[in-house]
Amino acid sequence: MWKWLHPYANPEVSYHFSVKLTPWLTAIAAILIPVGIVWALAFVPADYQQGDSFRIFYLHVPAAMLSMGIYVGIAIAAFSSLVWQLKLADASAAALAPIGAIFTVIALFTGAAWGKPMWGTWWIWDARLTSELILLFLYLGVIALHNAFDDKNLAGKAAGILSIVGVINIPIIHYSVEWWNTLHQGATVSKLDKPSMSVEMLWPFLICFLGFSFFVAALGCKRFCTEVLARNSMRPWVRALATAQEKK
Amino acid sequence: MPNQTTALITGSNLTCIRGDRILFEQLNFQINAGDIVQVEGPNGSGKTSLLRILCGLTAPFEGEVLFKQNLIGDNRELFHQNLLYIGHLPGVKGEMAAQENLEFNLSLHGLDAAQAEQTLSEVNLFGFEDSLASHLSAGQHRRISLARLFSSKSPVWILDEPFTAIDKNGVKRLEKLFSEHAQRGGCVILTTHQDLALPSDLVKKISLDYCIF
Amino acid sequence: MMFEANLSYRAVFVLVVKRDLTIALRHRDDIFNPLLFFIIVVTLFPLGVGPESTTLTRIAPGIIWVAALLSTLLSLDRLFKSDHMDGSLEQMLLSPQPVFILVLAKVFAHWLITGLPLILVAPLLAVLLHMNELSYGALILTLLIGTPVLSLLGAVGVALTVGIKKGGVLLSLLVLPLFIPVLIFATSAIDTAAMNLPYSGQLAIIASLLFGSLTLAPFAIGAALKVSTN
Repeated sequence: MWKWLHPYANPEVSYHFSVKLTPWLTAIAAILIPVGIVWALAFVPADYQQGDSFRIFYLHVPAAMLSMGIYVGIAIAAFSSLVWQLKLADASAAALAPIGAIFTVIALFTGAAWGKPMWGTWWIWDARLTSELILLFLYLGVIALHNAFDDKNLAGKAAGILSIVGVINIPIIHYSVEWWNTLHQGATVSKLDKPSMSVEMLWPFLICFLGFSFFVAALGCKRFCTEVLARNSMRPWVRALATAQEKK
Repeated sequence: MPNQTTALITGSNLTCIRGDRILFEQLNFQINAGDIVQVEGPNGSGKTSLLRILCGLTAPFEGEVLFKQNLIGDNRELFHQNLLYIGHLPGVKGEMAAQENLEFNLSLHGLDAAQAEQTLSEVNLFGFEDSLASHLSAGQHRRISLARLFSSKSPVWILDEPFTAIDKNGVKRLEKLFSEHAQRGGCVILTTHQDLALPSDLVKKISLDYCIF
Repeated sequence: MMFEANLSYRAVFVLVVKRDLTIALRHRDDIFNPLLFFIIVVTLFPLGVGPESTTLTRIAPGIIWVAALLSTLLSLDRLFKSDHMDGSLEQMLLSPQPVFILVLAKVFAHWLITGLPLILVAPLLAVLLHMNELSYGALILTLLIGTPVLSLLGAVGVALTVGIKKGGVLLSLLVLPLFIPVLIFATSAIDTAAMNLPYSGQLAIIASLLFGSLTLAPFAIGAALKVSTN
């Protein structure tokens, strides 16, 4: 059933595949993001309660969703690398980790910037913001562990184990933080109180979300290529590529 | 064609990569019962890495290791029951006495801890049983870890530089022990910089070259 | 020539626990230093926030638990380090015993050495912090079932960093976020007890965390140790 996947376990094949894929992903992202952002900033009617400040939603929510999605993706890659010994899965996990961390930072920053007009303060120990902050710590742990090993393969395995432990813990942490939050704050209005999204708000949101997803995929592909090259630098095909580059 | 039935350890297509250097590539060999195999090569050629791959501590970049035609990872406990590995580090705790160290090692490997005192005198540590290992020398630490060889029932011995810090008489005793072990149907895989004083027809060699790309 | 040695799981467990306790009792720093650290961190808080007893009563559970997290972290560093340095860790991994049992025994011994003393000292520190008298029971119970969770989760981090030269700081980055749920539920149990309300719900959650980590963490620790001895 999975036979067609086997050639892609070869680093050389998947390197060339990713190199070809990158411009397409970049192009789609380059179309979708401006369309979504312009639509969201200029054409969506302002919120009757929050005015224009709610528009940061179109950046904040995709970033937050992607930051969690990428972590899950890393954990899945790590799992498949541990179970099926796929070395390339490690490379993709290593490629994705910093991107996920950056998106977590974006989500935190936009969350704080949104909080300023809403709550009158930059930081509030809101359940979602707190979980996002802890997610950032988990990302930083994975990245730090990646960098702590000299051997890339070992680093990949170690970081993989950590991300699997992390992904089991994320729901536990998330629910404990949420519970802690309701316990201590009682009736604070949660800013994302499941706003029933109208259709005119939904479309630009979907386009933004897709655009950022393709952006992540494009960045991921690009970083994946460099990771594969770094891990296989002693391989003849990488050396051949390098000499071909020099001749140009 | 080598005889399949007597093969204890088989390495097939073993490749080891450290950093961006290929230490060895596509290494194939078969080690039979009764073999004493010396792995040779200059420093940094991957001798220790090869031994660690054979006992399953290090995962090879490519290739596999078989114990009696079974992958060593598939039946870990069976393989470990039949394996005795002594690496660079003696694995001796300074906070425990010589005898306590050996007793722990023996019982961990399922052997009778009561042999410990007797075995220690085999390696000339008679009278040191109750001294804390932190008061003993490096050579004595190595003797404590090598003492397990004298009561081992495992057929596969993998020894990384067993003669380091061992005096001449000790080396002789060990060599005698190795040939006895081989005659009993076991195998010894070792690295050493010294020449073995065993008849050369008894000792097989695996040579690792230092290769630079 | 084939050799089969069978040792019951319980015998292996007892063997390793005994060995680790022997070593720890002959090397008492490992027991006393984290304990002293715990006491000192707790006494720093009144100096930092002021000695008013109402404030201290309010924050006592948090202080004691955060100090317990930090001192567990400090002591964990030693869990596999010396065994890794002198080669006995690889001997254990190459022994015919299941890694699950070996790891569990080491973590248990470590908890006996470092977790249990914390629980014994904690009530004294609670007195220093004017903790509400109703919550002493909750404090001891949460520490009793919470600190083993910390040891198990922490051991995963230690196993991952044991081969790294400067693993200490990295360890805290890896492990502290994982400690958060225990911290939240434990302090909340103590707070609830102070209000004379039932806190069995929080205890049940910590207990489920304990059993969850008891079954899952040893696999992660074993896998991590294999990476670290590679």
